[in-house]
Amino acid sequence: MLLIARPLMHIGIVVEVETFEKGKFAFASMAETKLLITIIAKTTFPCCIQNKAFELGFECRSMNYLIGAFKPTCNISITFADGKSRNQCTRKSLMVALMNLNFGMSSLLAVGITIPLKKENGQTAMVPLFQSQENIVGKVSVEPIPGKKIEHNGVKLELLGQIGSTLDVVALEMYFDRGNFYDFTSLVRELDVPGDIYERKTYPFEFSAVEMPFESYNGVNVRLRYVLKVTISRNYASSIVEYQDFVVRNYTPLPSIDNSIKMEVGIEDCLHIEFEYNKSKYHLKDVIVGKIYFLLVRIKIKNMDLEVRRRESTGSGANTHVETETLAKFELMDGAPVRGESIPIRLFLSPYELTPTHRNINNKFSVKYYLNLVLVDEEDRRYFKQQEITVYRLPETP
Amino acid sequence: MILDGAEEEEKWLAEGIAGLQHNAFYMHRALDSNNLRDALKYSAQMLSELRTSRLSPHKYYELYMRAFDELRKLEMFFKEESKRGCSVIDLYELVQHAGNILPRLYLLCTVGSVYIKSKEAPAKDVLKDLVEMCRGIQHPVRGLFLRSYLSQVSRDKLPDIGSEYEGDADTVMDAVEFVLQNFTEMNKLWVRMQHQGPVREKEKREKERNELRDLVGKNLHVLSQIEGIDLDMYKETVLPRVLEQVVNCKDELAQYYLMDCIIQVFPDEYHLQTLETLLGACPQLQPTVDIKTVLSQLMERLSNYASSSAEVLPEFLQVEAFAKLSNAIGMVIEAQVDMPVVGAISLYVSLLTFILRVHPDRLDYVDQVLGACVKKLSGKAKLEDSKATKQVVALLSAPLEKYNDIVTALKLSYYPRIMEHLDNGTNKVMAVVIIQSIMKNNTCISTADKVEALFELIKGLIKDLDGTLVDEFDEEDFMEEQNSVARLIHMLHNDDPEEMLKIICTVRKHILTGGPKRLPFTVPPLIFSALKVWF
Repeated sequence: MLLIARPLMHIGIVVEVETFEKGKFAFASMAETKLLITIIAKTTFPCCIQNKAFELGFECRSMNYLIGAFKPTCNISITFADGKSRNQCTRKSLMVALMNLNFGMSSLLAVGITIPLKKENGQTAMVPLFQSQENIVGKVSVEPIPGKKIEHNGVKLELLGQIGSTLDVVALEMYFDRGNFYDFTSLVRELDVPGDIYERKTYPFEFSAVEMPFESYNGVNVRLRYVLKVTISRNYASSIVEYQDFVVRNYTPLPSIDNSIKMEVGIEDCLHIEFEYNKSKYHLKDVIVGKIYFLLVRIKIKNMDLEVRRRESTGSGANTHVETETLAKFELMDGAPVRGESIPIRLFLSPYELTPTHRNINNKFSVKYYLNLVLVDEEDRRYFKQQEITVYRLPETP
Repeated sequence: MILDGAEEEEKWLAEGIAGLQHNAFYMHRALDSNNLRDALKYSAQMLSELRTSRLSPHKYYELYMRAFDELRKLEMFFKEESKRGCSVIDLYELVQHAGNILPRLYLLCTVGSVYIKSKEAPAKDVLKDLVEMCRGIQHPVRGLFLRSYLSQVSRDKLPDIGSEYEGDADTVMDAVEFVLQNFTEMNKLWVRMQHQGPVREKEKREKERNELRDLVGKNLHVLSQIEGIDLDMYKETVLPRVLEQVVNCKDELAQYYLMDCIIQVFPDEYHLQTLETLLGACPQLQPTVDIKTVLSQLMERLSNYASSSAEVLPEFLQVEAFAKLSNAIGMVIEAQVDMPVVGAISLYVSLLTFILRVHPDRLDYVDQVLGACVKKLSGKAKLEDSKATKQVVALLSAPLEKYNDIVTALKLSYYPRIMEHLDNGTNKVMAVVIIQSIMKNNTCISTADKVEALFELIKGLIKDLDGTLVDEFDEEDFMEEQNSVARLIHMLHNDDPEEMLKIICTVRKHILTGGPKRLPFTVPPLIFSALKVWF
């Protein structure tokens, strides 16, 4: 087993890593410092990491440690002895695998948070759903494993709204604490004073009229999420933490003014079109209705598509990172039109995974939508015109 | 191995059919297990085969027919589905989620058919939406077949009067609008084919266009079947709109075919009542259109209509059919300076036939036509074109056959002048025809004037005309000709001896110009006629 330790801050730490068998993971130093350790592992992890060395950053807190951020740095090949379950895995399941490196905590107790669920249809996983200004009410139940008791220094419940980069995200959500997520909202309830828990204890809680101005968003580079976090602090052991995600969606009524988009564009002596979209603001289950009118056609057009594109930008200034995705590619026309032809548009948005437009959320990110009209000629040259639209979430009719 | 064009196409067609059947198989499975999602998925994939650009219309049609058959099964499924699971309105939306336009529109038309049948929306609304949305296909062949599909599935669902899909007050107009719009778009696509591709392939393109013409013409047929269209609607709306498209498309092939179509599918009664409009379009057509054939067709139909019953004849008079036709023909001949003589003459033959059926008593009309012919023939020497000659003979024979009386024909002032334009051989033939007509009908020619006129007509037999070549002399023919003249002389008779004398003198005058060869034939019958006078 090999390791390379690279100090981050000013403290030099030497870390030795033994074999990475499941359940055996020893670290030398326990100091409340952030460490960056590059691990080149020949492991028996039930997954294969292709040519990557990972940096594990973690926080050490009084003899215990938690895993923090997780970033790829260089390409190194790693193979695993366990061939049977060797498969490609996403970061997420890698983390799940690492999780199974039994830090010993979760086996001690089962922590459950229950909330009266607002079900969300169509989702594969049932997630509670809320709107801003709603009351979030429920109970936390802590149940020790039979025979064990928990001595604790207090039980607290936090409601957090967080924005973070998915590049840094560890899907080890349970072990997730600060790291690269930024809390824009934080509410606390102290559930219990220091004491012992011998048997199942239930703590009711209520957060009234919670301000959740931003909706949950799961993007390419950025996530905005809401989570309830239970923390049981202990003196001689690490805290026990449990998370429960919930989804926030905010609704916008029908806009009072919603102008159509009508524009004439073209290339001199080549192609002139006038396009028209019936609105500039569309809700998630709306229909884009419009038409394309050909004023001048001197090129040989093969076909015409309308794309819906999402542009997610994170960061600001020099550090702005933009990710563009084409969510829909809808063919409007097959064949070459002549001057005077008018081609109808009717594009239903419901089949596509759109979200509402997010503008400069907490100065951290934006999500914008564009209609991109694309004409392709016989020589596969593409002519396009992009137009921003606003997408919003309309309250569902009961 | 390099395949030639036809083999390549066969190969692609086979591939297309294979792909189609492959997806159809999975579609059937989905239909059997009531799996709407998969049914839509596989039907869309199946229809993607119709996106090909590689097939000529003839081969594309084969692929299309298979898709058509499969879509009938899908339509039945949709009908069942709308009763049990997904409403037809939801289905109508669902099929529009398909990303590729051609499959999407075929599916939409199929659901549209079910939608109309369900009566959950007025037929006119669904039809209007469908015919509009089909604009998305601008490729000529694919567009033509798609719209043809639309026409086929909507045929029995038009909101015609008396149909179960009848709508409100304007119901027939809605049906007409739908068909007219589909027709207009189809014609546009069809004409567009003419200008696609390189110049050297023009012939091939025209052949392909001809293969597709019935798809366009079918719309006119559908129009003619709409019960609710009465004469007024035809006159005010249907015909003007159709003609507008025909004239504006400025395409020779389309114009010729569609004019012919109009004449064939709509009732003759309507043609009579819209004669002016119909004829008015003719000069607006492309100069290369064979309009004379179109006019001839029209006149033939009208002539037949006139013969069908005596009750319709007054209508002809009322609409002044002859005047209009005559004018139209005159204008066409004037406009098409390069029209060969045979074309003009055949037009006049058609017109003459028309007159003889409709206005047999109007000798002045007949003479007018003959006069116009003379005008056309003037300036030329003898006719040499055998086709034109045939037409002239037909022109001259028609009155004879109709009237069965040479006396009537003799009243036609232009008749002899036309004969003058025939070459000598044909002239003699015509003369014999005249004589035969007299013999057949036992016509008695009883005045010297008539005899004079008659002998002028048949002068080709009486004497050697200028330019007769000695080589043309045929013993047998000559004998026959002179014998018929001899027989003719026997038909000349008047009980009044004075008149008879005049007749004999007239005949004598003419036959004496015949020369020694003829006299042995012609003199004896004259002597006998003379003797009859005195005995």
